[in-house]
Parts: sequence; C-alpha cells; structure tokens
Amino acid sequence: MTMNTINESLDDEITDDHHDHKMTGIKRWLYTTNHKDIGTLYLWFAFIMLLTGGALAMVIRAELFQPGLQIVEPDFFNQLTTVHGLIMVFGAIMPAFTGFANWMLPMMIGAPDMALPRMNNWSFWILPFAFAILLSSFFMESGAPNFGWTFYAPLSTTYSNGSTAFFVFAVHIMGISSIMGAINIVVTIMNMRAPGMTYMKMPLFVWTFFITAYLLIAVMPVLAGVVTMLLTDTYFGTSFFDAAGGGDPVMFQHIFWFFGHPEVYIMILPAFGIVSTIIPAFARKQLFGYSSMVYATASIALLSFIVWAHHMFTTGMPLFGELFFMYCTMLIAVPTGVKVFNWVATMWRGSMTFETPMLFSVAFVILFTIGGLSGLMLAVTPVDFQYHDTYFVVAHFHYVLVTGSLFSIYAGAYFWLPKWTGHMYNESLARWHFWCSLISVNLLFFPMHFLGLAGMPRRIPDYALQFADFNKWVSIGGFAFGLSQLIFLAVVIKCIRGGEKAPAKPWDGAEGLEWTVASPAPYHTFSTPPKVD
Amino acid sequence: MSRGNQTRLMGAWLFLCYFYSNLVYADSQLNLTKGVTAVSREVYDLHMLSLYICIAIGVIVFSAMFWSMIFHRKSKGAKAADFHESTKVEILWTAIPIIILIAMAVPATSTLINMENNDNSDVTIQITGSQWKWHYKYFDEDIEYYSVLSTPRKEYENQNGSFDGNGALKGENYLLEVDKPLVIPANKKVRFLITSDDVIHSWWVPAFAVKQDANPGFINEAWTNVDVPGTYRGQCAELCGKDHGFMPIVVDVKTPEDYDTWLKEQRVLTAQAADAEKASLSSSMSKEELMKLGEIIYVAHCSACHQPTGLGLPPTFPALKGSVVATQGAITEHLSFVLNGKGMMPPFGKQLSLKEIAAVVTYERNAWGNNTGDLVQSSDVKAAREE
Repeated sequence: MTMNTINESLDDEITDDHHDHKMTGIKRWLYTTNHKDIGTLYLWFAFIMLLTGGALAMVIRAELFQPGLQIVEPDFFNQLTTVHGLIMVFGAIMPAFTGFANWMLPMMIGAPDMALPRMNNWSFWILPFAFAILLSSFFMESGAPNFGWTFYAPLSTTYSNGSTAFFVFAVHIMGISSIMGAINIVVTIMNMRAPGMTYMKMPLFVWTFFITAYLLIAVMPVLAGVVTMLLTDTYFGTSFFDAAGGGDPVMFQHIFWFFGHPEVYIMILPAFGIVSTIIPAFARKQLFGYSSMVYATASIALLSFIVWAHHMFTTGMPLFGELFFMYCTMLIAVPTGVKVFNWVATMWRGSMTFETPMLFSVAFVILFTIGGLSGLMLAVTPVDFQYHDTYFVVAHFHYVLVTGSLFSIYAGAYFWLPKWTGHMYNESLARWHFWCSLISVNLLFFPMHFLGLAGMPRRIPDYALQFADFNKWVSIGGFAFGLSQLIFLAVVIKCIRGGEKAPAKPWDGAEGLEWTVASPAPYHTFSTPPKVD
Repeated sequence: MSRGNQTRLMGAWLFLCYFYSNLVYADSQLNLTKGVTAVSREVYDLHMLSLYICIAIGVIVFSAMFWSMIFHRKSKGAKAADFHESTKVEILWTAIPIIILIAMAVPATSTLINMENNDNSDVTIQITGSQWKWHYKYFDEDIEYYSVLSTPRKEYENQNGSFDGNGALKGENYLLEVDKPLVIPANKKVRFLITSDDVIHSWWVPAFAVKQDANPGFINEAWTNVDVPGTYRGQCAELCGKDHGFMPIVVDVKTPEDYDTWLKEQRVLTAQAADAEKASLSSSMSKEELMKLGEIIYVAHCSACHQPTGLGLPPTFPALKGSVVATQGAITEHLSFVLNGKGMMPPFGKQLSLKEIAAVVTYERNAWGNNTGDLVQSSDVKAAREE
C-alpha cells in the first residue's frame, strides 16, 4: 500500500493556521467540535481515570499485602474491586482509544474532521457526568456498587446495597457516549476517505477502529438492555433474574456476556491497529500480510459473538453448550495467532531501532501473547472448572488489558506525541517509564498465575496463609507499577511545554497521511482532500 | 561474545532453570493440584498438556522475535528486506494451529463428557449456599446441618497483632476451616445437587476438580469419586457479597466403614437433639444461661451482619442496639424476624434449635444496653413458629 500526497497541500495547511476560529479559555474546550481538541479531551480524561482506577487498585493491593483485614472492611473491598473494574474498562481504556480515533482517523484518511462534529462534542462531554455519578456513590450512605464490575444478579438486585440506580444511570450514559462515538467513526470512515483510498488501502489502524465501532454499535444496546432489566428488577418489581417470579439469574449472565465478550475485543482490536502501525515504522519494513490482518480482525470480531458462554462454564450449562463454546473459543486462537505471526514476520529481516513506541509495541506482542496463551488454556472447559474465578483469570485478563491494551496506548501516545505537541518527548525519561513499567507489571501480574493455580479465588479481601508470599510480591509490583505511571505524566507535560522541535515526520520509517502535515498538526487539516493512489 | 560472557550467560541460564525447577517441583502450591480423583488427575493432565503446548508456541514465537531483534537491528547494519506478503505462509500458520487445537480438543471432550455424567451415584447430597455458609443435606438419611467458618474473628481482624510472616498468630488452616465439615465416603460415586437460598455462590474443592455454581431457584449437578480418605479444603468461588472470602468448604473423606459409623453417630445425635428440643419446651432457662448461650449463637450466626457490637453496618445491615425491633417491639415480632427472615435477612427457623433461638433473642433484647429484661423460652419460640 503506497500513499502519495500532493505536497502542496502541506503548504495550504500551514497557511490555513491563521483562520482557526477557535475560542479561548474554557469555552474552547466546552464548545469545541474540532476532532483534535476532542481527541485531546478524551486522552486526558482517560489518563485521569487511569490514575483514579489505579489509586483504587493500590488500596486493594495494600489490603492484600498481608493476610488478615488490615485497612478496609470486606464490603468496602468489594466496592473497590467493582469501581476499579468499571473505571478501567469504561473510563480509561475505551475513552483512550476514542481519543486516538478522534485525533488520528481524520488525518489518516485525509478528512478535515469527524463526520458528526457536534455529536462528537456531546459524546465526550457526557462522560465526566457518568463517572461523577459513579464515583459520587462512594460518598453516599449506601456506598459504591459492591457487586463486581460484572454485576451478577441477584447480588446486584435484591441483595444490592442501594447503589444499583446510580450504577445503572452511570452505565447508561457511558453506553450512549460509546454508541455516539462509534457511529461517528463508522460514518467518517465510510464517507470521508480521500479520493483514491479504497477500503483495502486504508491503514490497518483505520480498519481496526472501523470494525471495533461496529462491535460497539452491536453490543452497547445489549448492555443498556441488561442494566435496564436490572433496574426494573431492583426497583419496579419485575422478575427477569428472579426464579421466584419465573425469571433466571443465569439469563443475566448470558445477556451480560453477550455484551461482555465483544467488549473485550472492543478493548483489544484498536490495540492491534496501533501496534500494526508502529512495528513497520521501526522495522522500516512494510506490514507483513496486510490483507490477512484485515481478515483476521474481522474474523475475531465475528467469532466474538459466539463465544460468550465460556465465561459461564460453571453455571450448569448442558454438555452440548459447553462443547460448542469450548470449540468456538479455541477457534479464536487461529486469527489471533495469524496476527502475532504477521507482526513477527514484519520484524523479521527488518532494520530495527528501539525508540520508546517500538519498545512498548514489542512488549505488547510478547506480553499480549502470554495473555492469549493463558486464554487458550482457559478455553479448555474441564480445566476451566479449576481456573474459573481464581487469580489465574485475573492474571490472564490483566496481561491482555494492561500489557496489551494499555501498553499499546502508551506506544501510540509516544509515537504521535510529536505530531500532537510539535515537540519530541524526552527519550531517556520515556525509557525509564518503559523499563520501570515492564519490570513492575510482570512482578505484579505474573505471580497471579501461580496464586490462581494454587487455588486463590478472586475478589476476596483476605486469604489463607499459603498465598501470603506471592501476594506480598504482587503488591510490591503493584505499587511500583502505579508510581511508574507518574513518569509518563512528567514526559507528557515536559513534551507539551517544550523540547526539541519535531519535524513533520519524526520517524523515518513511518507511513501515512498524518505525517504529511506539519508538527504540531495545524488546527484544521486536509480542508482540501489529498489524493491517494 | 567473549568466552567470559558466554560462561556468565550459561551460569545465569542454569540458575534460572534451577530456580524454575524448584518452583515447579519443590512446592506443589505453584501448580494446579493433581487432586484425589480420577477426574481431577485427567484435568491435571489436560492442564499440563495445554501448558506445554503454550510454552512450546511461546518459545518458538519469542525466539523468532528475539532473533530478529538481536540480529536485524539497524545499529548492526541490517538492511530491511522487501517481502511483505505470502499466501502460502499465511495458509501454513492458519492450518498448523488448527491441528494443534484439534489435538487439545479431543482429550478435553472426552474428559468433559465423563465429568458431566451424573448417573449411577451411590450417595446424593444436597448442597445449599447462603450468605455466608453452606448447608448439607443427605438424601435418604435424616441428616442435615450447616457448615460455617470456624476461624476466630480475632484472627482475621488481627486482634492478636498483625501477620508476622510466619503465620504464628493465625491458625494453620486460617480461613479454610469450618465447624462441621461435609463427610463423604471414599471410593463411592457421590452426587451433589447444588443450589442457593439467596445470591449465586460456587462450591469448589480443587482436589476433586469440582466447581459448580449454586444458583437460587435452580439445581445444578456435580459428582466426585475420591480414592484417598483425608480432609480436603476449598472456598466459595463466586462473589456473593460481603463475606464471600469467609465461607470455606471442608470435606472429610472417610473409608466406607468409617462413613457408616459416622452415619450411625449422626442418627443418634439427631434423635438426642429432638429429645432435647422436647425437653426444653417443658423447662425454662435462667437469664444467665440464656445470655451465655445467646452470645455464642449471636457471634456465630448474627455478628457477620449485625456486628459483635450490635451496631450493624447501616444502611445494608441495620443496628440492633437500641433498635425498635429489639427494644420496643413485641417479642413475637422479633421472633418472627429471626424465624422467617425478611428481605436480605435469612430465616433461622430451621437452622437453629428452639432453645438457641430463645437464647439469641433474649441476648439481643438485653445486650449492649438494650436491657429490656425480657426473657424468651423455647416454648415461646414454638408458639411463634406455629403462628
């Protein structure tokens, strides 16, 4: 895939700079319909949420540092794990990816902005309210949601602490925000590509966000439905999930995971897109197997709809159901494997350098693969009976979501920071961030595999003595990983405030339309579309 | 690489191998348990099979990556090659994983079919989870009882001082011990019918490779056949509220002969309890006796929610100290709460004897400065139950 841009457009963009029409001060951010401003808002919001969710995790790890109840009560511990999960999923990872989508998609496809800019503004600005509602419940008499981020009925209905209404409204708002963001992505990609950019010429980054947006549109309404049923079960006397009224608590899990499994791919497919952009840039070699990458992404997305019940093997499914979901789940390893092999083949006989974006991408491939392999082990139903709801599962999904999704977000942030700010970030500080994160994150999550195999259930505030040693190390890793993220904050602030001036294309192997505009990217780009052939 | 470097690298590698082999073999707590049933051993073998496959895939993929990261770097003068597509290779690395997956799926399927075959059991036991204890009921026997965490509260609340690293201040089976374990015979197929009274729980004993959710209103089946008599421990595996971490499972597996003896003992005990219940109706207890027994019952059954101080954890778990029900309300109303439950409050009518309910209600009406002076006797409880 080659892209040649009319070079003159570059000059046009730069001269465009003086008629920005942007407001000043807080109004600029409140009223903005500019995709770059909204992207920035999303990214900062996601980072603030990451630190908030991380702070909750620090308290969890402090409690688990030693056996015995040290600093929090069991009920508050449940509130911490619940809100930690909700914030990290809906507040940190998903908004960060939407931030990338906003910043990069229009520039990558040569569009002047997102297709629906006012809706874009709204889809961001309702998010802070959703999380204000969710977090405010910590200060209510009832306390915050304490039924796990998976909010299984009837723990979240008949037996809830009274936080269900706040929780449901917060999730509704998050869902509306996600759906609007997803519609915007689909409409933009379908209608606003530069002349000559056919679907199979789109950067893989664009493809992954395109497919992810479809997944969001498909499953977010399911989430909205299930939380509404939860609401009416709790407050309006319905019995969707109550056997006494003819309902079924397991039906809750079926509906939840029909949303929940595509949701986990919503959080990893964009990561594939980011890493598939960065590895070729630093291997100085084209992405291996572009079209097979597109097909693999689409296959993963389709398969994600028929594997949901692998989260529910212990609920008492019929044998046929268990076999069906085991086979389908194992099948997902095939397209995922294709992706990993393609990344390795891209690196093979390249001419590699290891700036921070590449370091995070390489770590992503290795650690995501570890998370994927433990996922394959979890797919084997008879053994899943042993792994299910233990720390083995906790280790698995943190490898996929932290060293997978989050690492890809860092890789992308370092990769495009010069484009966003116009300055090069401080490479040595960034390397400190990488190495501190890499070492601490493995100390944090790797021993969790052993804890799970030895039989430690998840979501418990206290544990038997044989789990004490590993928990201590895990907690130390947790504190170190949490603190390491402050280095990232320092790098970003330094980079915004100054630093070496970034050229239009700071990475010599990078490809794509975004590198044809100046750094920092002018407020308006591609007012006239570039030509791609 | 110089010779010295090579030796050092070799040394480091050997150390790692040594360290890892220690991890795997010295302490079984690092790996999945092999367990004590034919099924659990099959499950263990499946686990090891998929673990070895994953390690092999990991080694191959990561070796290729590190090879290219070491030798194909720009600083070593590597020039980027031009290839970026090969349908043959793509087909190859789609087909090979499929074959590996089939190799994993075949033994997994046969184990799963075996695990789901609940027919022809020798003993059937109904297991009911509730917040936060297990209830065991033996079919065809008149035996049923609750099994509750027996680790003293002062141990997990660190009232002996915090954990010193050797576990000296906590018992050997800290949080994995109960007052009355489930008792099953060895070498017999024991079928479990699992359900719940309130939220979803999950009954899990790793040594049997049995983990089955307890769903309120539905009954799940599982079974085991244990070869080796002994004591096996597990925990609730599904988040079930505040004390999810405090409802362990202990199973005492006895030889068939010992099991029969145990059954006989239980029958005698059940008969004695019925006699005691009858006797308690015609006698009355002093306030001291009622308060003493009441406190024991309260700590064991009520204090998880209403707290030892009687202050509860409002708004979810209301206080009893100074509450309307325990001070001003009628005794019959108070008894009705304890016997029948209400909302989140579970019914204790079947769980506790008449005498125990009388004692605990007396305790609640007189402890923490409630001082109503009310005394409740077994006959009052019986009258309330029959209403």
